[in-house]
Amino acid sequence: MAGIARPAAGNISWQGTPISEDPEMFFARMHYVGHRDAVKPALTVRENLSFHAALRPGPTDIDAALDRVDLAALADLPARMLSAGQTRRLTLARILATPAPLWLLDEPTIALDYRAVDRLRGAIDDHRAGGGIIVASTNVPLGIDDATTIDLAAHAPEIDALWGDESTGEPAEDVR
Amino acid sequence: MSGFFALVGRDIRIALRQFSDTMMVIVFFVIAAALFPFGVGPEPNLLARMAPGILWVTALLAAMLSFDRLFQNDYDDGTLELLVIAPQPLWMTALAKIIAHWLTTGLPLLVASPVIGIMLNLEPRGFGVLIAAMALGTAIISLVGALGAALSLGSRRSGVLLSLLVLPLVIPVLIFGAGAVDAAIGGFPATQQLLVLGGLLLGCIVVCPWGCAVALRLAAD
Repeated sequence: MAGIARPAAGNISWQGTPISEDPEMFFARMHYVGHRDAVKPALTVRENLSFHAALRPGPTDIDAALDRVDLAALADLPARMLSAGQTRRLTLARILATPAPLWLLDEPTIALDYRAVDRLRGAIDDHRAGGGIIVASTNVPLGIDDATTIDLAAHAPEIDALWGDESTGEPAEDVR
Repeated sequence: MSGFFALVGRDIRIALRQFSDTMMVIVFFVIAAALFPFGVGPEPNLLARMAPGILWVTALLAAMLSFDRLFQNDYDDGTLELLVIAPQPLWMTALAKIIAHWLTTGLPLLVASPVIGIMLNLEPRGFGVLIAAMALGTAIISLVGALGAALSLGSRRSGVLLSLLVLPLVIPVLIFGAGAVDAAIGGFPATQQLLVLGGLLLGCIVVCPWGCAVALRLAAD
């Protein structure tokens, strides 16, 4: 959905335009958080965040993003000193530092403690209140009101047909 | 364009923070070149005759050590996925990484090569051309090596595969690079060889970032 892998069938459109026709336009409007944190241990927390922000157009607010994930006090520490949860929070700060209407979150709660999950929920609520779209895959309920939930286990036969014998029991929440 | 410079800056910063990795290439260059007098004997005329070839071969092998980490770290920690979906052309991303690689590997090799030239009793006439040819040659090596590194991403034993891919492709660099220095030592103009190297560089600038972009997209897929 992020445009990294090509779809096995069909195509993905953003506002009526297939993303394969104008990928950069789509990429500029989309934030993707994958399983891996994309954090460089040799760089400081702030350097990591400013690098990712510089790749994208639009206004950047590094300090507010760090504040939002409660990493402001660690901003000048090398990222290799961070714990797994702090690293994950730094990854999530990336999507807060620059604006984008679409967030694709792949299991955003990995390694987060309950306070960080609360904070993430707050960020998701704010994003939705501002008219943003979030598509998240998750193993634990994110506890978001009126989210559209797609339970992939229910679609297992169709997925099997697409991918052979590979099965997945991962429920996904589609929040609009 | 801000993404381009951010990427160059980030890679240089990481290389400076992990200074031992950067130094390893140069230390290998110096040590490998220093082994030749022990192997072929310390006869000054013989060394002077062989110096251009030794310099180029050892510089090439030293550069090979640096390519496995060019894209591999980004691939392992997920940064590559984000670079692929960054809103700038992927060939620009590849070019930024190649420029950073040249600044952190090619440039130090370029600086070290006259010192090794002195050690190998290279004729004083050859130094100017050596530096000019090395500047062009290391840039070509960075470009071709990046293409090899992008193509071998994600495969097992990528280091061996990388050498098999890249080393045959840079033979022209070796021929014209060493040829330029030989010509200068013999008192002939080295313009022709340098022009060929320049032409190769221009061709690589066009082809390699684009090829890298295709290979990186495949690797992230």
